[in-house]
Amino acid sequence: MMPLSNLRDEYDTVVVGAGPAGMAAALSALRTGVETVLMVDREVEPGGILNQCIHNGFGLHHFGEELTGPEYAQRFLTDLLDHHIDIATDCYVLDVTPDRLVTLMSPAVGVRQVLAGAVVLAMGARERTRGAIRIPGQRPSGVMTAGLAQKFVNQMGLLPGKRAVILGSGDIGLIMARRMTLEGVEVPGVFEIMPHANGLTRNIVQCLHDFDIPLHLSTTVVEIHGRDRVEKVTVAPVDDQLRPDLSRAHTVKCDTLLASIGLIPENELSQKLGLRLDPTTAGPVVTSTMETSRDGVFAAGNVVHIHDLVDFVSQEALLAGENAARYVTGRRPPADNIKLSSGANVASVVPHTISSDREHTVYLRVRKPMEKSWLRLGDVYEKRLRYVVPAEMVSLKVRPRFLEHFHGDSLTIDIVPRDEPGREEP
Amino acid sequence: MIGCAIARELTRYRLDVVLVESEVEVGFGTSKSNSGIIHGGHHTEPGTLKGELAWAGNQRWVRLAQELGFGFRRNGDLTVAFDEADVEVLEKIAQQGRDRDIPGVEIWGPDKIRLEEPNLNQDIIAAVDGPTAGVVNPYEACFALVECAVANGLGLRVGAPVTAIEAGGDGLLVHAGGEPIETQFVINAAGVHAEKVARMVGLLEPTIRGRKGEEYLLDKRLASIVQRTIFPCPTPTSKGILVIPTFDGTIMVGPTAQAVEDLEDVATTAVGAATTFDLARRLVPGISERDCIAEFAGVRAVAGNNDFVVGPTSVPGFFNAAGIQSPGLTAAPAIAEMLVHMLGEAGLDLLPRPEFKRTMPRPVHAASISVGELTEMAERDRRFARVVCRCELVTEAEIHDAIDRGARTLDGLKFRTRAGMGRCQGGFCTSRCMQLLAAESGAAMSDITKRGDGSWLVLDRNQLGTAEVPT
Ligand SMILES: Cc1cc2nc3c(=O)[nH]c(=O)nc-3n(C[C@H](O)[C@H](O)[C@H](O)COP(=O)(O)OP(=O)(O)OC[C@H]3O[C@@H](n4cnc5c(N)ncnc54)[C@H](O)[C@@H]3O)c2cc1C
Ligand SMILES: Cc1cc2nc3c(=O)[nH]c(=O)nc-3n(C[C@H](O)[C@H](O)[C@H](O)COP(=O)(O)OP(=O)(O)OC[C@H]3O[C@@H](n4cnc5c(N)ncnc54)[C@H](O)[C@@H]3O)c2cc1C
Repeated sequence: MMPLSNLRDEYDTVVVGAGPAGMAAALSALRTGVETVLMVDREVEPGGILNQCIHNGFGLHHFGEELTGPEYAQRFLTDLLDHHIDIATDCYVLDVTPDRLVTLMSPAVGVRQVLAGAVVLAMGARERTRGAIRIPGQRPSGVMTAGLAQKFVNQMGLLPGKRAVILGSGDIGLIMARRMTLEGVEVPGVFEIMPHANGLTRNIVQCLHDFDIPLHLSTTVVEIHGRDRVEKVTVAPVDDQLRPDLSRAHTVKCDTLLASIGLIPENELSQKLGLRLDPTTAGPVVTSTMETSRDGVFAAGNVVHIHDLVDFVSQEALLAGENAARYVTGRRPPADNIKLSSGANVASVVPHTISSDREHTVYLRVRKPMEKSWLRLGDVYEKRLRYVVPAEMVSLKVRPRFLEHFHGDSLTIDIVPRDEPGREEP
Repeated sequence: MIGCAIARELTRYRLDVVLVESEVEVGFGTSKSNSGIIHGGHHTEPGTLKGELAWAGNQRWVRLAQELGFGFRRNGDLTVAFDEADVEVLEKIAQQGRDRDIPGVEIWGPDKIRLEEPNLNQDIIAAVDGPTAGVVNPYEACFALVECAVANGLGLRVGAPVTAIEAGGDGLLVHAGGEPIETQFVINAAGVHAEKVARMVGLLEPTIRGRKGEEYLLDKRLASIVQRTIFPCPTPTSKGILVIPTFDGTIMVGPTAQAVEDLEDVATTAVGAATTFDLARRLVPGISERDCIAEFAGVRAVAGNNDFVVGPTSVPGFFNAAGIQSPGLTAAPAIAEMLVHMLGEAGLDLLPRPEFKRTMPRPVHAASISVGELTEMAERDRRFARVVCRCELVTEAEIHDAIDRGARTLDGLKFRTRAGMGRCQGGFCTSRCMQLLAAESGAAMSDITKRGDGSWLVLDRNQLGTAEVPT
């Protein structure tokens, strides 16, 4: 991307990761007035996971039109290249110290260290694997994550197999069910252990229903068979404790098993840095300015919490970049004064703190689907929600006027049924 | 492991030696799927070959690891007692150690245990400390032994299953695809298939039964939860489920012990996982299945006499190194020496080769050197600055080195470099490793396999219409 021999020893802001989060953060730091920004990615092309998402469905919120992943990435990249920015690709960030000394490795420059005024972490996420859910059975070739299959098909023109069972109804698996069907690979079914799907409703409709691919809820893969290559899998329904009922098991012939069982924020660097992590998101604890528990270290995107829409990634990252620049230029807004916590049917909340004098967007994930509900922010605000599912992030605008008469220092967010409060939904 | 150790031992002498292996990589039988413990020597009962060779083998590992540069660490072990009955067994184990003159074997009380291993179950009342025990990366040891042997003239034939052996007359004729091999001696180190190979020359012994063991690898997060390998108090039939700090700094729990009909049954099971975690938690309560990143199983080859079967047979020139169940890894160097000695007694001329190369350069692992050292390496070879596997920090230079040393498959790369062994289990680096393998050999991506024939990884678009998948 750039002649890396020009790498400076110091930058106002270093952005780790050049996915949508990294690009938006870099752009917004530059717009907010810092002079030198370095954006680093270990891949050869900027764009992050978007580069392998050749389907459309990106940008409806941010750009008001439907783009493919690479198109969405290109919009940001084009904007970035209008500014003066250093982009180091094929370059791995090995370490970031609390003093913001960043160690980089790339064939172009070898192992180098640069000092950063502020750091934005935007390393994205990795996929959960078979090992993480311990599917018993043999260990043949042909068991892979849906994201790896996506890379094979969309970026390398290869196919993962001829007949692929998909485990888990995460978005990547749904998108891949459609992609593979279009490529001529048979997809006998998608098996989901939960009683509800884990992907966006629009993906269930557009990727499964439209292609007659069956989705089996409350069903999981209990064994993998095959010595060299997958030959079949055993699937079984599960009870409400998620325990498989082996008496109702049957086998499905296939040569490939794709796991689409969720993403985990990529926080090795954050751990080395000693950032406080939130066990519910597996990402760093952040303030309303996306600052982590270390001064001058910000974070945005999937590294903080798993997003389903890239538009929210960009929004969050614009905020992180802006505040990284404010940090460097000594224009930091006043510190937050209210702590947010998850209440009924709320699995996670980001950011973890807010300030009563500004407007904030707060992102939530619910634990279980709920038909008609109230979203309650302590006693200060409530809002009707239509239908909430764990797969779709809920966002809430918190305006200063909600908090005019609030003098406490913490607020709990609950999502409760609209009729009888506290009643379990079927 | 046994074949690898014997092969290297034989290349010390002026001999023509061929190692014939059915898999495409060496060590891919039981030897890559075990607990990786070099047993301290005090656990095995006296009066068995297993018992004698474990301590003899143990003493050879330090030097072997130094010469061949594979991962080995003497981390010691602790065998723990929960009640007085257990303590009696511990006394016996400690006595076995003293009888064999094994240094440092002693019994600890609760205070010492809390001090040394604070994360153990607080109900543990005593433990035997076995400082001679160690951990090794068994696959690395196999690769290194064979690379050293090849450097000393070993003929290596991989992907070559032995299908028949003609005995009688003046020697033996081994059929393994391609030209048959004429030889004076055959050593049967075929692991779980040793019975099958012995039958090829008409022998009814040894008989081999399979006993499967499942192992579960945990995330690095738990790395320092114990320093030593933790053994429960053994029962007459089993060593039980252990908590093992592997050489690479992960924690492994296992192995189970389950009789299996199919000698190649390396499937893990839900029951095996549940048992393993329950029993491991009894030793170290902080262990949880949530931290599991990978699992595997191996099959122990148990001979009819429940002991190692090492030595000549009624068929002239046909030797066994069979029934090598646990602690076969530990005993391997001693088994190799014993067998070569026996071959000498049977008339093989053991003339030392003065030019024998005993050492092999230690492969560089970016993950285990300092940033300063890595910076220097990268100055000399920029491929050290390109990260291929981010979970385990494996660079492109290491991948190339592994290919130069003989890796031909994705698993061959993985077990030589750790690429794909970390928390993401190859999610990011699989495609890159495949590309590097393909580029080096001029093969297509669809020709790259996980571990040899039949384990293809991807198809070309034009292979979809064909009825057959590649083999
Ligand atoms: C298959 C799939 C389908 C999707 N479909 C849609 C959709 O239809 N519509 C939609 O709106 N959203 C969709 N999303 C969601 C959206 O794409 C993601 O939420 C978004 O890409 C996350 O952006 P990010 O920048 O946080 O992470 P990423 O895009 O993952 O980028 C992180 C970058 O950091 C780099 N990196 C990590 N560690 C290091 C390091 N140590 N050194 C250097 N670089 C490093 C990585 O190489 C990567 O390029 C989809 C996501 C996936 C995976
Ligand atoms: C779960 C488990 C845990 C263990 N833990 C330990 C431990 O911690 N410490 C310890 O000391 N020991 C341990 N052991 C025992 C140890 O793993 C074995 O003793 C050792 O690996 C045996 O080595 P081997 O060479 O005999 O067998 P293998 O490694 O199986 O080698 C036999 C080789 O012969 C090849 N072969 C078979 N048939 C043919 C044919 N017809 N033609 C050509 N090649 C053929 C196979 O492909 C294989 O590569 C454990 C075993 C298990 C199963």
